[in-house]
Amino acid sequence: MAQTNAIELRHITKRFGQKVIANDDISLDLRKGEILALLGENGSGKTTLMNMLGGIYFPDEGQIFVDGEEVTIRSPKDSFRYGIGMIHQHFKLVDVFTAAENIVLGLEGEKGRLDKNSIRRTVREIAERYGFDIDPDQKVYDMSVSQKQTVEIVKVLYRGANTLILDEPTAVLTPQETDKLFAVMRNMKKDGKAIIIITHKLHEVLDVSDRVAVLRKGKYIGDVETATATQQSLTDMMVGRAVALNIDRPKAEKCVDRLIVNNLTVLDKEGVKKLDKVSFTAMGGEILGIAGVAGSGQKELLEAIAGLQPEEEGSEIRYISPEGKEMSLIGMDPLDIINSGILLSFVPEDRFGAGLVGSMPIVDNIKLRTYRDRKGILADRAKAQELADRIVLDLEVVTPNTNVIPIRRLSGGNVQKVLVGREISSSPTVLMTAYAVRGLDINTSYMIYNLLTEQKMKGAAVIYVGEDLDVLLELCDRILVLCGGQVSGIVDAASATKEEIGLLMTQFRREDKA
Amino acid sequence: MIRITKRDGISSLLSVAIRVIAVIAALILCLIITFLFTGRDPLRVLSEMVGGSFGTSKRMWEFLQRTMILSCIAVGLAPAFKMHFWNVGAEGQMLMGGLGALILMKFCWVIPSLPLLILMALLAILFGAVWGMIPGFFKAKWNANETLFTLMMNYIAIQIVLYFCTIWEGTVGTVKIGIVNGEAGAPSYHKGWIGEMFTGNFNDKDFMWLVLIVLLVVVAMWAYLRYTKQGYEISVVGDSVNTAKYAGIRVNKVYVRSMAISGGVCGFAGFLAVSAVSRTLTDLTADGRGFTAIIIAWLAHTNPYLMLVFAALYTFMELAGKQMASAFQLNDYYSKILTGIVLFFVLGCEFFTNYKVHISKKHKGGAAK
Ligand SMILES: Nc1ncnc2c1ncn2[C@@H]1O[C@H](COP(=O)(O)OP(=O)(O)OP(=O)(O)O)[C@@H](O)[C@H]1O
Ligand SMILES: [Mg+2]
Repeated sequence: MAQTNAIELRHITKRFGQKVIANDDISLDLRKGEILALLGENGSGKTTLMNMLGGIYFPDEGQIFVDGEEVTIRSPKDSFRYGIGMIHQHFKLVDVFTAAENIVLGLEGEKGRLDKNSIRRTVREIAERYGFDIDPDQKVYDMSVSQKQTVEIVKVLYRGANTLILDEPTAVLTPQETDKLFAVMRNMKKDGKAIIIITHKLHEVLDVSDRVAVLRKGKYIGDVETATATQQSLTDMMVGRAVALNIDRPKAEKCVDRLIVNNLTVLDKEGVKKLDKVSFTAMGGEILGIAGVAGSGQKELLEAIAGLQPEEEGSEIRYISPEGKEMSLIGMDPLDIINSGILLSFVPEDRFGAGLVGSMPIVDNIKLRTYRDRKGILADRAKAQELADRIVLDLEVVTPNTNVIPIRRLSGGNVQKVLVGREISSSPTVLMTAYAVRGLDINTSYMIYNLLTEQKMKGAAVIYVGEDLDVLLELCDRILVLCGGQVSGIVDAASATKEEIGLLMTQFRREDKA
Repeated sequence: MIRITKRDGISSLLSVAIRVIAVIAALILCLIITFLFTGRDPLRVLSEMVGGSFGTSKRMWEFLQRTMILSCIAVGLAPAFKMHFWNVGAEGQMLMGGLGALILMKFCWVIPSLPLLILMALLAILFGAVWGMIPGFFKAKWNANETLFTLMMNYIAIQIVLYFCTIWEGTVGTVKIGIVNGEAGAPSYHKGWIGEMFTGNFNDKDFMWLVLIVLLVVVAMWAYLRYTKQGYEISVVGDSVNTAKYAGIRVNKVYVRSMAISGGVCGFAGFLAVSAVSRTLTDLTADGRGFTAIIIAWLAHTNPYLMLVFAALYTFMELAGKQMASAFQLNDYYSKILTGIVLFFVLGCEFFTNYKVHISKKHKGGAAK
């Protein structure tokens, strides 16, 4: 061996309970100064494997070597000691502290005291060296997701990490923020650090990594140099068979007006306009895409339709049922909508915050939509169980069971499958989805695209809020572009270009500034 | 080398075993402490302890009676706690229930026995429910902090009860009304007393009614939380208010409704305490049990059956302490010390149900085969 590897995993096995083998005899090397992408379908064991390096889990079997030395990692503290820094998908920052305070939290200074100025200086140095954008004195509650992520990364660098592990860092970032992150990662690599990144977006893998390691169903499949890989070859490796990577877009036919939105204006709690006179029509039998920079009013738009946001005076939302009956949704709450027989389904952005109950098992999460289906005071259970079994089977949800394990424990992709499966199951006439494939592997993403198209062909009005312009262009029939809470354009997806949409996404902003 | 890891979930058998071990360890510590203080033979101490609850038939009924009232209050807290609504107002809700029951018992005893009892129970439930709904309503309407609100409602209830005691007894400052309908031979004799109305004379076994009724309440609450739509809504609201709204659950309505049920059951406990046990009302009718029940409900993770178990354990320790205090001439606080020890162990064992402790000698974690 010419050079020792930063990290070597040998025959690592991790089980959860009797049935789930999350990692099965995995051996993996991380070379110094490389960016390794860890790829695998949802539930293939990526997070679990990394958690053993991060000191969250302890392997049942196997050895871990750092710089050629065998080590035992029992806690995140041990992990830090060996120079491993893990950035989890859910940040663990203290909101009321500043960036600098969070960075040194838990560290002991000399003589038990920490010198604020020297901390700031070091943070600035790190930021300069790698090209981070960070203000040491900013409070965490004032930060965007991407800024919080930066704090997490600087935090582990501050502690002298030589190896960084990033678990799906880009899932919550806009494309621009992702580019920034990748620039920083390249700088770290130049500095000799070894990096493992988990992501489901193959173009990112090709863009940033040097080597790709693939897991499938808990087993190590192999690795390839990124230079020799393509999206197709990686997908095949991950799934284990050849899969077609294109979205079938049958022509929208028999389109009928389903949802007519006129002058919709929504204010947030502070009275700031989140939506400003938004008007459009969503038609049954088509997928209407919604594009826009994150926070342009997508969330408020869907929530207003779902009855979760109060609309301002003059707003109009009209629903026309397949039978031709017309009603106004203004002032209706979700229960009113259910009671008036409107089959409106909604896959919200924040799964656990709104949409699922993390502490309950799959069945009880399905019940959220079906518990009223039985007459009398008792909640339906049989139907929910039946539906849960069907979703698990149809969407290939990996779970030990449907009625015991809290849904929060499932891997991210499996959670999303349950949510989408539930929302589709009621044969909705309006189906709204926000970032429906966030955190999903490529295979599952395509499964979801197909399900949405299936709903469209059944006559549902599908509203798809997305961030990946390529997918929006391929999947949708029309695309509405939001910019600062206003509609900056509605284009035909078959003829529009990425550049055109990109321009619309920023158009009003520029006018504002001018 | 000691390593602590969070459990991924725990089998119910193991969690019960851990709790049983904790209780046994606590009892042993109690024995040791008593031995150190009194120098008595530990076996004698043990027998006094058990004797406190099971020594005589009278003590056994006392034990059952106390366990049942405590369980009933704890069960009343279950819907609120499950909803993550921290109702610490059981004391007041129970007192108000007791007041409702007593009003009918004192002034409407001419009503035939069975309807009278039913009316008393209903009025008690109504009073308790109103007392619980008020903080629920304020939480729903203005997001008022429920813990402070329910707590303050206790003191208002106590003052109201004291006020009526004064009015009914006619002398200023009275804190106790005499036994109601206790005058032998009078037409009102034993009216509104559960138990006596059927047998006609006082007998410890009359607590049987109390036991049966509370068991019924426990089963009903378990079924309500587990099988009904409303019970399901309570669990969803308890986990995530936003998810509840998303699913079309009117959260404010659930707050008010569940607090009405919570207060209603606590009020019912007040009815039982008045009609089946004390036959009178004082500001001490609740006697801190509204607060004890909070611990019981919390320990039982809002499972009504476990509440019975913990309520029994708590009562057992209380009576054991009282018994030892009198047998060994210790003062009354001794009972509190012992109860405290048991609670400390039982609460402490929560740690072991959530975390796993590994002890090993510089162990190279799972070296390859
Ligand atoms: N704490 C746990 N208890 C039980 N099963 C678990 C636990 N954590 C993970 N699993 C299971 O282990 C398997 C691997 O999960 P893991 O989170 O590592 O997947 P992943 O590759 O990160 O998936 P994703 O891309 O969806 O995040 C899954 O089947 C998951 O359900
Ligand atoms: Mg993962």
